[in-house]
Amino acid sequence: MSPSVPLQEMIRAIRSARTQCEERGVIQRECAAIRAQFRQSDNGGRSHNLAKLLYVHMLGYPAHFGQMECVRMIASPRYSEKRVGYLGAMMLLDEKQDASLLITNSIKNDLSHSNQYVQSLALCTLACMGSAEMCRDLAPEIDRLLRASNSYIKKKAALCAVHIVRKVHDLGELFTPAARSLLAEKNHGVLHGAVVLITELCERNQETLERFRKVPGTVPDLVQIMKGLVISGYSPEHDVAGISDPFLQVRILRLLRILGRNNEGASDAMNDLLAQVATNTDSTKTVGNAVLYETVLTVLHIKSESGLRVLAVNILGRFLLNNDRNIRYIAMISLQKIVGTDHNAVQRHRGTIVDCLKDQDASVKRRALDLSLALVSASNVRSMMKELLLFLSSCPPELRAQAASGIFNAAERYAPSQRWHIDTILHVLTTAGGDVRDETVPNLIQLITNASELHCYTVHKLYRALLTDISQQSLVQVACWCIGEYGDLLLRGECQETEPVQVTEDDVLDALETVLQSHMSSPATRGFALTATMKLSTRITDNVDRIRSIVSIYGSCIDVELQQRAVEYNALFRKYDHMRFVLKMQSSVFCSGSNRQVSPLVFLPQVCDLLDLLGGSEVTLQPIPAVGGTAPGLFTNTSSTTGGDLLDLLGGLEPAPPELSYLIFSAAPTVQVYEKAGVALTLSCEKQSDSGLTVTLTASNSTDSDISSFTLQAAVPKVQILANSSCFTQSKSFFRLQVNLKMRIRISYSSQGSAFQDTVQIDSFPGLSAAGH
Amino acid sequence: MQFMLLFSRQGKLRLQKWYVPLSDKEKKKITRELVQTVLARKPKMCSFLEWRDLKIVYKRYASLYFCCAIEDQDNELITLEIIHRYVELLDKYFGSVCELDIIFNFEKAYFILDEFLLGGEAQETSKKNVLKAIEQADLLQELNAFNVN
Repeated sequence: MSPSVPLQEMIRAIRSARTQCEERGVIQRECAAIRAQFRQSDNGGRSHNLAKLLYVHMLGYPAHFGQMECVRMIASPRYSEKRVGYLGAMMLLDEKQDASLLITNSIKNDLSHSNQYVQSLALCTLACMGSAEMCRDLAPEIDRLLRASNSYIKKKAALCAVHIVRKVHDLGELFTPAARSLLAEKNHGVLHGAVVLITELCERNQETLERFRKVPGTVPDLVQIMKGLVISGYSPEHDVAGISDPFLQVRILRLLRILGRNNEGASDAMNDLLAQVATNTDSTKTVGNAVLYETVLTVLHIKSESGLRVLAVNILGRFLLNNDRNIRYIAMISLQKIVGTDHNAVQRHRGTIVDCLKDQDASVKRRALDLSLALVSASNVRSMMKELLLFLSSCPPELRAQAASGIFNAAERYAPSQRWHIDTILHVLTTAGGDVRDETVPNLIQLITNASELHCYTVHKLYRALLTDISQQSLVQVACWCIGEYGDLLLRGECQETEPVQVTEDDVLDALETVLQSHMSSPATRGFALTATMKLSTRITDNVDRIRSIVSIYGSCIDVELQQRAVEYNALFRKYDHMRFVLKMQSSVFCSGSNRQVSPLVFLPQVCDLLDLLGGSEVTLQPIPAVGGTAPGLFTNTSSTTGGDLLDLLGGLEPAPPELSYLIFSAAPTVQVYEKAGVALTLSCEKQSDSGLTVTLTASNSTDSDISSFTLQAAVPKVQILANSSCFTQSKSFFRLQVNLKMRIRISYSSQGSAFQDTVQIDSFPGLSAAGH
Repeated sequence: MQFMLLFSRQGKLRLQKWYVPLSDKEKKKITRELVQTVLARKPKMCSFLEWRDLKIVYKRYASLYFCCAIEDQDNELITLEIIHRYVELLDKYFGSVCELDIIFNFEKAYFILDEFLLGGEAQETSKKNVLKAIEQADLLQELNAFNVN
């Protein structure tokens, strides 16, 4: 066992160790020596040993065997040992350790020690790591010290009381009287402690707060003290760069804030003072700005008069122009807090805030972004959006998602025109498409659908964007959907809003195939592309075979989702060729957002399920007739029946409680469900299999005139499936269980130049009865 | 203040003062993560950052980072002043303080801190008074070395 070395030598030895291993060796040796020393009786070197142990502890090595030694040292009569003992207690013992209770008695004794430096040690340790139990035990002692001791001890006792109140809230009562009287002291340390204590008491307990507010209350005293600090002569002892005791000033301002909050009387009493501090404080150095900052916070949170508020916001405006980045950051945080209440005042500084978007510091940028987004309004949306989009293109990656969604929200609320809105969204998708949230895609699709006049423009723009870059998944998904939906507009070539460009069917299919094959495309994106390809089969004329081949290739794709779709589409080609036009009808509807528990009946991947519903390969199959026309191309989407509307359609349908009941029925009766103005809908049901139901809807026109643009949409409530709450992508199984089937149907058509639209709900299906299983 | 950490540019801890009760493991984790975060900041960046649900105020003096974690209602700018005051105290005590002083006399650095802050709050706003108290305490320690009181 090597002899123990003095502290500094040990430190040197540890530092000179060249490897981690060597260091560990040195430390192990030392710890062994220390442990041995601890076991021996008093040998005069105890404090050094403990100090060595504390050093080792700071390096990260275990030192719990020193805990008892701390307890012993604290009880020692020697000051040097007490000092290190208490330091050790603060470092090694926290309130969770059992050993901490053992020092309670020592602390109690030391609190009444004749020497104030010993008392100081006890107070410091209690305030640092005192547990609730210790605090309860020793609170009366602290109260005694608050009242009768010298300033040196009083100031420490005050802060110790703060710790006690934080640990045991009820003890606040005990200290309130003493705290009040401390405000009369002259010593700055004591005053500071008193203010902190009163702040803590008022924050914890409303009653106490009222007591301190009640006239005359503490406000006049505090105002007096502040005035003394701000106006009176120079006090070298407390001066910091020309400000007299800024620490005390800041704490007093904070207490004033609490006293003045929601209280007219108190707020009035401090108005003048606040104005004085705000105008007289020198703001060239940080310390002055610290006081101004606290003043501003106080002004904005009490019931101050409007002139003072304007002054405060202007100070923040000045902060924004400060060279010191810290000050700019502080200004923005404060402005963020008041942008709701003092919106106009903050708007005045919009220019500076927007400039801060270009700051180098990420924290400042983040603040500027938050504020800028909060300041967007109907009047400034165009210019703000320009700045924000510029920001988006160069912003740090961790802020992109926030910026993108903020821009979307702002665009949605204040878009001056639909075209601008779509342009903005496209811009975001091209710049930061990878960072947008998932709901953006359905939201955007809905938006595009709603902007019917812009379909041509949108599809052209998206097509062009697709050609340039297929890596941004959201953008590609929306582009694919759009091409699938409005491909005919794309192929037609001419468009009012953009320059005409000749796009052939092959071009379009090339683009979609590129997406399908690219390794950058996610499975969801591929799904979109495949569906779009399929949809195009009804919109193009020459390349249907090409589509067939694409679709059939994916019938053996590894991705199950894709494979299933491809197989279903293949089936469409093979068996239901004449029903492919159904795709047109359903394509405008989708499920937006996974929090909408809406049936995805009408989402495209469900086409085949839908076909199950509307008609199988039975003879009873009757396609919805196009009265007055025969070409499949007749069934154009009327954009009035959009996704949003269909979701409204389902609004009233409550999904029935999930009982696992299978429907049993016998014959296939027909019933008329709707008849108006010559248009009639009849319905018949037939159970094809245990899990599938065929519902056939037949529409007929008995008027003399032709009916064109006939669209029919049907929806059923979603069925609860265990462990499946999300939306369309997993809804294959939705129609395997049917419960209390209801259906809502909306038809729209034009006749004799006017448009008609109607909705009908079907609650009972002919020949159907629910039977429990 | 919840805690104060002093660490070198290599991430070595030189002083840690915790004012909230946390287990050793938690303290180590927080220290590690925070040190990493602060060291990753570029020189001209803001002295304030939001980390977990705390506000962090840090400042670099020569080779040492002084890092404080404060609560929501605390004033960041005055915390910078507190850090500065502590550095001034160390400087006055050691005479042109450098990192080595703090390494080899770490217990003294703690004693000075404990005379300036108590329970996470400033206890004495006069530099002179803090230094006087330390001086007296040191004297007492010297005396005690010879006389058992």
